[in-house]
Amino acid sequence: MIKLFLQRIVLGLLTLVFVSGIVFVAVEALPGDACTAYLGRMAKGTRLENCRRDFGIERPALTRYAEWTLGTLQGDFGMSLSRDKPISDIIGTRLRNTLILGLSATLIGVPLAIFLGIIAGLWRDRPLDLWISTIAIFAMTIPEFVSSTLLILVFSVWLGWLPGIVTTPPNAPLTEFLSDIILPIIALALVMTAHILRMVRTSVIDVMGSDYVQMARLKGVPYWRMVFRHVLPNALLPTINLVALTIAWLLGGVVVIEVVFNYPGLGRLTIDAISDRDLALVQAIALVLAAVYIGLNLFADLLTLIVNPRLRTMRH
Amino acid sequence: MMMNDPLIQVKDLSVGFTNRAGDTLPILRNIDLSLHKGDTIGLVGESGCGKSTLALAMMGYLKTGLRVLDGESDFKGHDVFGLDHHALEDIRGGELALIPQNAGQSLTPTMRIGQQINEALMLHTSLSKSQWRERSIEVLTQVRLPEPEVLFDRYPHELSGGQQQRVAIAMALAGEPDVLLLDEPTTGLDVTTQAHVLELLSGLAAETGMAMVYVSHDLGAIARICDTVVVMYAGEIVLSGTARQVLKHPDHPYARGLLSSIPRLKEAVVPASMPGQPPAPGGAGNGCGFVDRCPLAEQLCHDERPLLEPGAGSEMVRCHFHESLEQLPPPEPPKRPERANLEGADSILQLEDVAISYHEPGFFENILGLESMVPPTVDRVNLTIRKGETIGLVGESGSGKSTILRAIAGLKAPLKGSIKFESTENLNVSVDHRAKDTLRRIQLIFQNPDSSLNPRQTVGEILTQPLKLYFGLQGEELRERIEALLNRVRLRVDYIGRLPSQLSGGEKQRVAVARAFAAEPDLVLCDEVTSALDVSVQAAVLELLTELQAEQDTTYIYVSHDLSVVRAVSDRVAVLYQGRLCEIGPAEKVYSLPSHPYTEALLGAVLEPDPDIKPNLVTEDIVELSPPPSGCPFQRRCSRRIGEVCDRETPPWQSTGQGHVIACHIPLDELQVMQKQTDMSPATLVGDKTGLLIT
Repeated sequence: MIKLFLQRIVLGLLTLVFVSGIVFVAVEALPGDACTAYLGRMAKGTRLENCRRDFGIERPALTRYAEWTLGTLQGDFGMSLSRDKPISDIIGTRLRNTLILGLSATLIGVPLAIFLGIIAGLWRDRPLDLWISTIAIFAMTIPEFVSSTLLILVFSVWLGWLPGIVTTPPNAPLTEFLSDIILPIIALALVMTAHILRMVRTSVIDVMGSDYVQMARLKGVPYWRMVFRHVLPNALLPTINLVALTIAWLLGGVVVIEVVFNYPGLGRLTIDAISDRDLALVQAIALVLAAVYIGLNLFADLLTLIVNPRLRTMRH
Repeated sequence: MMMNDPLIQVKDLSVGFTNRAGDTLPILRNIDLSLHKGDTIGLVGESGCGKSTLALAMMGYLKTGLRVLDGESDFKGHDVFGLDHHALEDIRGGELALIPQNAGQSLTPTMRIGQQINEALMLHTSLSKSQWRERSIEVLTQVRLPEPEVLFDRYPHELSGGQQQRVAIAMALAGEPDVLLLDEPTTGLDVTTQAHVLELLSGLAAETGMAMVYVSHDLGAIARICDTVVVMYAGEIVLSGTARQVLKHPDHPYARGLLSSIPRLKEAVVPASMPGQPPAPGGAGNGCGFVDRCPLAEQLCHDERPLLEPGAGSEMVRCHFHESLEQLPPPEPPKRPERANLEGADSILQLEDVAISYHEPGFFENILGLESMVPPTVDRVNLTIRKGETIGLVGESGSGKSTILRAIAGLKAPLKGSIKFESTENLNVSVDHRAKDTLRRIQLIFQNPDSSLNPRQTVGEILTQPLKLYFGLQGEELRERIEALLNRVRLRVDYIGRLPSQLSGGEKQRVAVARAFAAEPDLVLCDEVTSALDVSVQAAVLELLTELQAEQDTTYIYVSHDLSVVRAVSDRVAVLYQGRLCEIGPAEKVYSLPSHPYTEALLGAVLEPDPDIKPNLVTEDIVELSPPPSGCPFQRRCSRRIGEVCDRETPPWQSTGQGHVIACHIPLDELQVMQKQTDMSPATLVGDKTGLLIT
C-alpha cells in the first residue's frame, strides 16, 4: 500500500519533469527566440546581440534548461520580457484569481452534480429524471462562450443585476471580486455539473441493477438504508477520478470564460502572453497548469486507493 | 397458527408480462405448491422454465416487468403480494431468507462481512448492538468458516468462492429463518466445494428443522438435499413427488429425457440428448408445453393442456399418456463409434517438461537477472497426445487446465520446456509467428459462445472467415461449404443470415463448433465447451463432437471440471492440481482404484442424480492460491499424506500398466488398500477446517 503510494507520487513527479522538458523543447523549436520575439521589427544588429547576451540566450540549450528547472524549483521563473517584472509575481496573483474562480465553481458544482445525479439515477425514467437529464445534455452541448454570452445578456444587459465584464485590477483584494465572479462561476459550473451528473446517474443505475442490491432488498433492508449503505458507496467510487479530471479540465475551460468576462486570471494571462510573444511567461504558465493537472489526478488516485476497499486491501 | 399449516402455500399462481404487441404472456402457469416445516423441496428444470421466478415470487419479489396474473402466494397464511413494504421487509431475510446464486456478486463490495451480517441481525432480531458481533461470529462458526473473528473484518473480495457462499448462508441464518430459499447456491463452485456446501446445508436443515426450497438445474445437487422434487417445464409443474420416485422412476417424458441426458460417472457413454428446445418464456401454446419434444405426443396433446393428476405412485404428473410411458423404450444413448485402436497411433502433440508462469518479473529480478522465486502456474507437464484420441484434462479452477490450452494455442508462451506438433513443428512460438497451416490445424472452442461469437456478425459471416482465410473460398463454393457445415452441426441452412442473439445457447455453441471445423483441423482444443449449457443441450453437443471426431479422425483435448462429462467423451484422462500432473491414463483406469489422492477427492465429490449414492468427501475444502515450492503439489490438502517426504520431494511416477501412471510417494498397492477401505464407508466428512484459503 505505502509502496503503491510512493510509486504514484514518484510517477507524478517524473511526468512533471517530462512535461517541463516538452514545454522547453517546444518553445525552443519555435522560429526565433525570446529576443526576436520581444524586439520585434527592431530585432537585428547589435541590439539583438546585446539582448541575447543580456538574457544569456547564446549559451547551449541544455545549460539553459538546467538553469530554468533549478530556478523553477526555487519558485523563480525568470523575468517577463514584455512586462519587465519577475514572472512569479505576475503568476502569483493571477493563479490566486483563477483558483478562486475554479474552487468556487467546484464547491458549488460537484455537490450539486452528485445530488442531482443520485436523484436522477434513483428515479430513473420518471419525469424528474427526464427533466434533469435533458437539461444536463443541453448544458453539456452549449459551448462556454455561448452560455457566458447568454448569461451576460440576461443578467447584465436585461436585468442589470450583475456586471458583464470585470474591471477590477488583478491584484485587488478578494472582496472586490465578489460581484464580478458570480456569472463566471455559473458559466463554469454549468458544464462541469452536467458531466459529473450524467456519470453519477449512470453509476447509480448500474449499481441499482446489481446482484448485491437485489440481495439487500431480499434481505429486508429498507429502501433508504439500502440507498445509503449499499448503493451510494459503490456508485460514488468511480466518480472520484471523474471529478478530478473535470476539475483539471476546468482549468482549460477557464481560459475561454476569463476572456469572455475579461477576468484577470491565469487563463487570460495565457492569451495575453501568447499575443505578446512573451515566451518565458508562456513556458511558466504551461508548467504551472501541468503541475495542477498532475497534482489533481494524483490526489484522486490516492483518494481512490484509500476509499476503495478492493484496492486498499490488495495483496502484493 | 397450527403446526400442520403450511409455511408457504402457492395457490394457482400465474405470473407474466405484457409484450410490445400488447399480448400477455405467462412465465408461470397455475402453480400449486405447499411447504411445511422440515420439508425440503427441489425445483428443477432447464434454464427459462421459471424456477427462479417461482422461488422469488414466494418472497413477493418479481423482476421488473413481471406481474401476478392470477392466484396468490401465501407465507404463514398471508398473501405476500398483498403485504405492504414494511411487512415484506420484516419477512424477507427474517422468517424467509434467500441464499443467492452468485454469492460473490451478492455481497456488497464496500461493506465488511461483519457489517453485512450485523445488518441482518439489526433488521430481524431483537439483539442489542453489543450482542451483534458475538452472534455474527456464532453464525460464521456455524457455517464452518475458519477464523470467524478475522473474517468478520474482511471484505467480500478477500474470500474464496466457497467462503463467500458460506458467508451468504451465514447471513441468511442470522435472521433465524423458518424457510430458506436457495437459488442455485452451488452453481459456479468447484466440485469439492459444492459437495461440502451441500453437506453443510443438509446438516443445517436436519439440525434446525428449517424448511428449504432448493432451486437448481443440477439434479445431482437436488438428489443430495431434497425429499421432494418438483420438475418444471415451460412455466408449469409437470411432475412432483419424492426425490427417489422422481429421480429413479420419472413418470413424465420430460423428466425422463432430462435424467437420461445426464452423463454418469460410472458409464463411459455419451448420454442420450433430447430433441428440440423449450418454448420461449411465455411461448407455450394451448396444449401440453412439452408437445414439440415428446416421443408420446398425439393430437390430443396439441389441443388440450393436461392436468396435474396423481400418477402411478404418490406423485403428481401432468401428462395425458403417463400410463403408457412404461412401455416406451428408454431413450437410446447414441452409439459411441467403435474406437480405433489408439495404441500404435502416431503422436500429434508432445508437451515436454512444460512450465508456464503468469508472474511478471519485478524490477529487481530484471536488473539482477534473478530466477523468479515464485513457482510457475504450470510446471513439469509431460504429455503425449496421440492422433485421433480424446484426452480429458480435469481439475478444479486454478488447476492450470485452461493455461495449458492457451499455451498450445499460442496465446501464452511457456516459460520453459517444449511443445511440439507432430514431433517436428515447434509450438513454443506465439500465434503471430505460426505458419497459416499450423493455425488452421489447431482450433479452439471456448466455454461461452456468447462472448466467443461476434454479436454483430451473422452465422454466415462467422463461418466465412476461416473458409476465406485458410482455403480462399468465395462465391458459390463458399456458400456450399457453409451450408454443408451447418448441416453437419445439425443447424438449418436458413440460419446463415441470423445473428448470434437470435440463437439459443446450444445453437450458438454449434456455430462455434462449426467455425472450428470449418478449418478442417487435426487438433481441437475444447475449453469447458458445455459448462454453460443445460444438460439436454450438453448431451447434444457432446454427441455432435463425437460424431465429428469419428468422421474426421480429429484429436480433442477436452478441458472440463465435470468428471462425468470427461468420462463420457475421453479415451485418456490427465488430472491436474496446481498446474502439476497427478495422474494420467486410460479413462477407465483413472476412474477406478488405485487413484491419486486428488483424483480420489474429485471423484468422491461428484454428485450423481440418485439419492442413494452419497458423496465421499476425503479432503478438506481448501483453496490454495499458489502451488507449494517443492514436493507434491497436493501436500497441503492430501488426506493420505505420509510425512515430510511429501513436502520435500517431487513424487515419483508409478505405473499400473497400460500407460496409467500416478505421481505419489505411497506405493500403489498400499494406496489401493487404503482407498478400498474408504470406499466401503462412504460419506465420511473430513475435518472442520473447511473453506481455508492458503496463499
